[in-house]
Amino acid sequence: MLDLFKLIMQHGFQAIHDIRSARPVNKHRGFPVINEAKYTGNWQDIIEYCPTKAITKNPVAVDMGRCIFCGECEKRSIGAIKFINEVKLAAVNREELIITSDIEFTKYSKEAVKAKKEIYKLFGHSLKLRQVSAGGCNGCEMELAACSNVNFDMGRFGIEFTASPRHADGIVFTGPVSKNMAPALLDAYLSVSDPKIIIAVGTCAISGGLFVESEQLNRGILAGIKIDLFVPGCPPHPLVFINAVLDLLGIK
Amino acid sequence: MNCIELRNLQPIQLQEIPCLKVNDFRDELIKKIKSGNRLIQLFCDKNSENIVIYAITADDNVAKLSINSTELMPNDIYQSITPEIPSAHLFEREIYEQYGIKPEGHPWLKPLKKGIAGIDNTETPYEFFFMAGDEIHEVGVGPVHAGIIEPGYFRFSCHGEKVYHLEIKLGFQHRGVEELFIKNNSPIYLEKLSESIAGDTVIGHSGTFVSAIESLAGISVSYRVKLIRAIALELERIAVHLGDLSALSADIAYLTGNAVFSALRTKVINTTMAICGNRFGRGLNKIGGVDYYITLEQTDGLLMMLSKLDDETALASEVLFSSASVLERFEKTGIVESEVAKEIGMVGQAARASGISIDIRSDHPSGVYEYFPHYKLTLNSGDVFARAYIRFVEIQQSIKIIKEQLKNLSGGVLKHELTELMKESLVVSLTEGWRGEIAHTIITGKDGKIKRIKIKDPSFNNWFGLSIAMRNEAISDFPICNKSFNLSYCGFDL
Repeated sequence: MLDLFKLIMQHGFQAIHDIRSARPVNKHRGFPVINEAKYTGNWQDIIEYCPTKAITKNPVAVDMGRCIFCGECEKRSIGAIKFINEVKLAAVNREELIITSDIEFTKYSKEAVKAKKEIYKLFGHSLKLRQVSAGGCNGCEMELAACSNVNFDMGRFGIEFTASPRHADGIVFTGPVSKNMAPALLDAYLSVSDPKIIIAVGTCAISGGLFVESEQLNRGILAGIKIDLFVPGCPPHPLVFINAVLDLLGIK
Repeated sequence: MNCIELRNLQPIQLQEIPCLKVNDFRDELIKKIKSGNRLIQLFCDKNSENIVIYAITADDNVAKLSINSTELMPNDIYQSITPEIPSAHLFEREIYEQYGIKPEGHPWLKPLKKGIAGIDNTETPYEFFFMAGDEIHEVGVGPVHAGIIEPGYFRFSCHGEKVYHLEIKLGFQHRGVEELFIKNNSPIYLEKLSESIAGDTVIGHSGTFVSAIESLAGISVSYRVKLIRAIALELERIAVHLGDLSALSADIAYLTGNAVFSALRTKVINTTMAICGNRFGRGLNKIGGVDYYITLEQTDGLLMMLSKLDDETALASEVLFSSASVLERFEKTGIVESEVAKEIGMVGQAARASGISIDIRSDHPSGVYEYFPHYKLTLNSGDVFARAYIRFVEIQQSIKIIKEQLKNLSGGVLKHELTELMKESLVVSLTEGWRGEIAHTIITGKDGKIKRIKIKDPSFNNWFGLSIAMRNEAISDFPICNKSFNLSYCGFDL
């Protein structure tokens, strides 16, 4: 019994006080800041080197929806593309994830996810989500599970993952959508009653990521689904996901 | 000669591998396994006209692997090995599914990754084992599960609460990983893809893959690189084991354990992030070396973190494993007997919990483990308690390993340039990941590019162990049995 008290004392208070201003450990690769003029070599080499072909030219742009945040381009371009330690990476529109040198982080973080009154009214005090892994490698899944642990404690905002889509207000899906999982993902989507929120988490879910050329995917089923929030990352840090959802709901 | 002997990470020319007649191949394999060797991989490689089956077995006592092969034509039939060697059952099903070579007399020849209802109507749907009788009922779960985990389908055949049989149908996560390794051969892509084979074993799989490529390219990495890789691998082991203890606590509603262990896990994965910028170690392992090193400052921080973690884990485990309500659930639940575990070819910490003394770090050492003998830990009871407790002792052991290795950290080349790979060669790369033995076999073609890669995650060996563990258990014990194995779905489905 004494040991139990000792353990609880040792554990102490683990939750991050302010989720909104917290940042991961310094090396975290977050938002890509582009300074095209800084690299004097041939950009084409870097574009071809990128494992997921996330970089395009004229002007140089990084598509966070395809980027796996490996930081290889940062090393190759000697810092002309630099991933800064920020967590507000998500966007409501797919096109907004494409970052050029004109887009500054402060502006992006305010504009990429704008809260809507009706969403706050419906889900601002309680949002229950159902997670579906459709070919995910368990990286995104583990980070989503971590959102509810003692450190990040997403439950304090009334945001929780449920055991059934029937109890949920929305679907969070991960993975490149494998052929074999496509019908189940669709079933889960249809089982959530309207109005519902759909969130794509991780590069695989947004663009197919590393697996985009595989014949075992069926991303066609996403055509009929309106995705409300894109959360990039490979996998996205729990702070990235929580901040994105809070922004969408309009919780300060 | 019936087979050729090689070691972990020793490349050989394809022409050196003896090619036997299919019956001799079969007899040789059965003889090998019955004399105490272990089946590592059994897989096919398709040439323009024929199909070659390779069998890789391991003699753990002398750190030797042996390999031989046989040639067959597409749609050929041969006498199944499974009735004699149960550990071959999944390998033979995979061969049949991928290449159409039928193992005649296989007792359970069902699809592995295909056969999911509603996907492809031309395929024969998967037929589940059927049990009938008074008050017999079936419970189907999946593919979407209640927690935030990967998809798979479980069907329990029960009488009342008691489970007579659990059939596990996977394949939902199939992403065509092995094909992608062939399709795109840019080294950077392959590195990143190897990190995504199973997202919970990033260091394990990427380390296994890059070591294989390095040995084919004749690169010998510096001692410093080996150290950094070993430290990352052990950090991964500590982190996942802590996460599993947390999840096991949650599944028996022991909330103190759930909170404490998950907070400890966060500290460990944040340490990995401080080294390489990703909580799971993505970006660390590169072909030819590593991209990040551990600074002197970080060494001190790591040592302090580990000492504190050691004490905190010890106290938390002491409380967990001395609580009567915990032991009541863990002990004598989901037992896998030692002989059964051996027969079905279980590996890793689940096998060690059933008293089987196998660990790649000491049986087929590579990297740092070649210089530092590793002591294998085993427990005998084979129940959930053993699989939970072995995690605790392995955490302690890994902390010791890292502390020891941090002392030896010195300068050295971090990365070598990739040179051409040996042509028409084969290499077997084995690593003891946190879940168990990870095996990658790479075959190169005439052009020096990867022609075939066979990936085996330890989950491939252990999923059937979960089925066995559930027999005669109450269905309500399934969550803790499942968590005590914590197997990968995508590592199996690839």
